[in-house]
Amino acid sequence: MSELTPSQTVGPFYAYGLTPKGRAKWDPDGTYSWKETVGDNLITPDVVGDRIRIEGAIYDGDGKPIPDAMLEIWQADGQGRYANAPGSRERSNAAFKGHGRSACDKDGVFSFDTVKPGQVAGPNGALQAPHIVVAIFGRGMLRQVYTRLYFDGEAANATDPILALVPAERRDTLMAKKQGNVWRWDVHMQGDKETVFFDV
Amino acid sequence: MSLVLPRDGLSAYPKHLTPAYKSTVKRSPTKPLILMPHTLSEMTGPIYGHDAIQDNDNDLTKQGKGEPLGERIIVHGHVLDEDKRPVPDALVELWQANACGRYVHLVDQHPAPLDPNFTGAGRTVTDKAGYYKFITIKPGAYPWGNHYNAWRPNHIHFSVFGHSFLSRLVTQMYFPGDPLFPFDPIFNSVPDERDRARMIASFDMENTVPDWALCYRFDIVLRGRDKTPEDMD
Repeated sequence: MSELTPSQTVGPFYAYGLTPKGRAKWDPDGTYSWKETVGDNLITPDVVGDRIRIEGAIYDGDGKPIPDAMLEIWQADGQGRYANAPGSRERSNAAFKGHGRSACDKDGVFSFDTVKPGQVAGPNGALQAPHIVVAIFGRGMLRQVYTRLYFDGEAANATDPILALVPAERRDTLMAKKQGNVWRWDVHMQGDKETVFFDV
Repeated sequence: MSLVLPRDGLSAYPKHLTPAYKSTVKRSPTKPLILMPHTLSEMTGPIYGHDAIQDNDNDLTKQGKGEPLGERIIVHGHVLDEDKRPVPDALVELWQANACGRYVHLVDQHPAPLDPNFTGAGRTVTDKAGYYKFITIKPGAYPWGNHYNAWRPNHIHFSVFGHSFLSRLVTQMYFPGDPLFPFDPIFNSVPDERDRARMIASFDMENTVPDWALCYRFDIVLRGRDKTPEDMD
């Protein structure tokens, strides 16, 4: 018998509570302004590492953009250290939280400004390839789905223990691709290009 | 070394695909999820301290120029882990409809009035005992388009952080005895009645404030535990 409080959908109206300054245009005339706690820009003045921008869109089973989804990311800093990790090495960029949240706009578009994460330990002590953990919430999603964003072309992808669990023909769904100054990464909930989601 | 979190408690969660809630049909994975071990990336998570919030962020009746309309209530409880240990410093965010069942979100255009003194958003951080408290207005029921004459039971949306990114929970708090329970596919997406019961606040007479507000208690149990077993593989 479980003791957990069950998960429920964020519904279509989460934006004024969770992403009041984000992409969702929930309050066009600014009547109900509200402060933001978790935003889509993770850059802090003390941040160390390669600054990157991630952009993408999320699509449903008909290939239509999902305008009321929300993505949260969790990542290590540029040197492969998680904020708050027990026993973590001393971090000089203590303000960098490694956590971000992006609402989607009417075209299903989300974005994050952050740094490219360093490598962190995997299940057997070997290093994982640089990656970002992603949880996706939305109307029609009774619980979050978990996936991962990897960086296309990264040599360490070849030995990443989690990527190794994914059938080779589906790994591409986890790869952000460099397009100009942006890492492009789309999410497909269903269909031929269905993103790999993990059972965690 | 790997760190593992129990998965069996997840039986209380709804299935991604729950056709009675129509929006799940095109938005739930169709391919099997890939089972993976928990790594440092899953077993860590953000912590938001008290600097993340400001005075009165937990009092939704004090965000406007005047007092909002409706039935003032206190909603409080503890955030706990799977061992029922308190989760301190947990960011708890909530959002809800006003007393008439209307959200301030632009997309909600159903014919019920907005309240200029009520946004319906609040946040707080749990104390050392995992305790949180909000003062708000009892939200109204509202219609939605899922099926003919569909109405959501009164509810408050909660978003909670715990020990790890896997503890992350978004849920809804319901009110005891709601006559709409049997008709709501979102509430009933949780298959077991005993699990659904944990989404229903209890009426807390002891902590009502005479001449001022009724009170509801809502404890929230997250995945994870403070002392995580480590296996040796």
